[in-house]
Amino acid sequence: MIDSKELDHNFKYEVAAETGGINITKCFACGTCTASCPVREIDETYNPRKIIRMILLGMRDRVLKSDFIWLCSTCCTCDDRCPQNVELTKIMMALKNIAVKEGYIHPFFRGQARIISTFGRLNIIEDFDNKKREKLGLPPIKKIFEEVKKLLKNMRIKEKI
Amino acid sequence: MKYALFLGCTIPIRGQNYEMATRTVAKTLGIHFDNLEDFSCCGFPIRSINSEISLLIAARNLAVAADRDEKICTLCSACTSVLTGANKELTSNRKLREKINKELAKIGRTYKPGVEIKHFARVLYEDIGLNFIKNKIKNDLGKLRLSIHYGCHYLRPSSLYDYFEDAENPSTIEELVSVTGAEVIDYKNKLDCCGGALLGIEGDMALSMAKPKLDNVTANKVDALVTICPFCSIMYEDNQKKIEAKYGVNYNLPVLYYPQVLGLALGINQEKLGFHMNKIKPDALLEKLELVK
Repeated sequence: MIDSKELDHNFKYEVAAETGGINITKCFACGTCTASCPVREIDETYNPRKIIRMILLGMRDRVLKSDFIWLCSTCCTCDDRCPQNVELTKIMMALKNIAVKEGYIHPFFRGQARIISTFGRLNIIEDFDNKKREKLGLPPIKKIFEEVKKLLKNMRIKEKI
Repeated sequence: MKYALFLGCTIPIRGQNYEMATRTVAKTLGIHFDNLEDFSCCGFPIRSINSEISLLIAARNLAVAADRDEKICTLCSACTSVLTGANKELTSNRKLREKINKELAKIGRTYKPGVEIKHFARVLYEDIGLNFIKNKIKNDLGKLRLSIHYGCHYLRPSSLYDYFEDAENPSTIEELVSVTGAEVIDYKNKLDCCGGALLGIEGDMALSMAKPKLDNVTANKVDALVTICPFCSIMYEDNQKKIEAKYGVNYNLPVLYYPQVLGLALGINQEKLGFHMNKIKPDALLEKLELVK
């Protein structure tokens, strides 16, 4: 059941204003995205066409609080096949970006962001790793990227996650 | 031919066989790699949280390459995608470029449009060329039957890569495998996603996504699955035992990085190609080629 009082009719414009969200209103609900989606094939709770309808109807809270917005595998198959060039992978990014601003963030991404804001990379490099690389004839990898740390600090990433 | 090799976060730690094979193959074909130690994370993992910060990290990497007047050669398809996307956005959107450069100025960097970014497979296909490679082949791999997994970010979205491939019916990797003499075995749903991006989010779903491909590929009794992205390899090789245990099946399917295959054909010693670091041991395949020590 959808209660019209719960709807936020500006939600689609909010998504459109976000990076990559611009084409959301072009969707004519053909369902090519859903038919092409490898995640939907495994789990029906992830349904791209339905997510777009929910955005266009203005179901802001339900979308942003949902677990399903984190399930896009970014395979971009829908992007290539969409007859309206909605660029759904970018829409999903826009949704996640808005969800983060509202305080909903998947712990996996929070963890990754914390590691990157501390080291400037994932897969923390220990002395052991560089010794192993040296044995294999591979050059050492820098452990901490101060420039990236500074960039992220200036962007106040810690407050965002 | 000279490139700055962009390794990303995963390959230097979890894909050393890929890196070793790439470096040795490149050397054999006369490709020079510069190692720019200032290349950080590409920005991909931050995109879901904040697109602008992701773009900033990518732009910094592009600035590092531009400072040295380098072209970028990538090995990870996700890095390829995020760096290419950032380059396009920043080239075409002056306001965004100015905004990003204002932040980069605080660390003494500037993004300048026009950096070239290419996946190593594309460097081989477009810049080196099949004919050049063919003339360097020392071992014909005609005894091998190999299936290919393209993965997503090498191909899609097509517009990001200026339609260099037909994403619904690609052929570059087939051609690169065929030049070694190996037989390419097609299979059902070849273009499906490995599920790697979901591994940390819904692990079971990721395994369910990887399974059908392992079923379809092994049904043809091939010698190995060939990949060009570390995440795809993590799904099909590192997680193969987990999938076998979860579903009570047995694959024992070796997963090779394309440069390992090419390296064998170029007559490079298998140790220099990192074969000893493959988790599903490709011994049967090496025996077939009479390369077992």
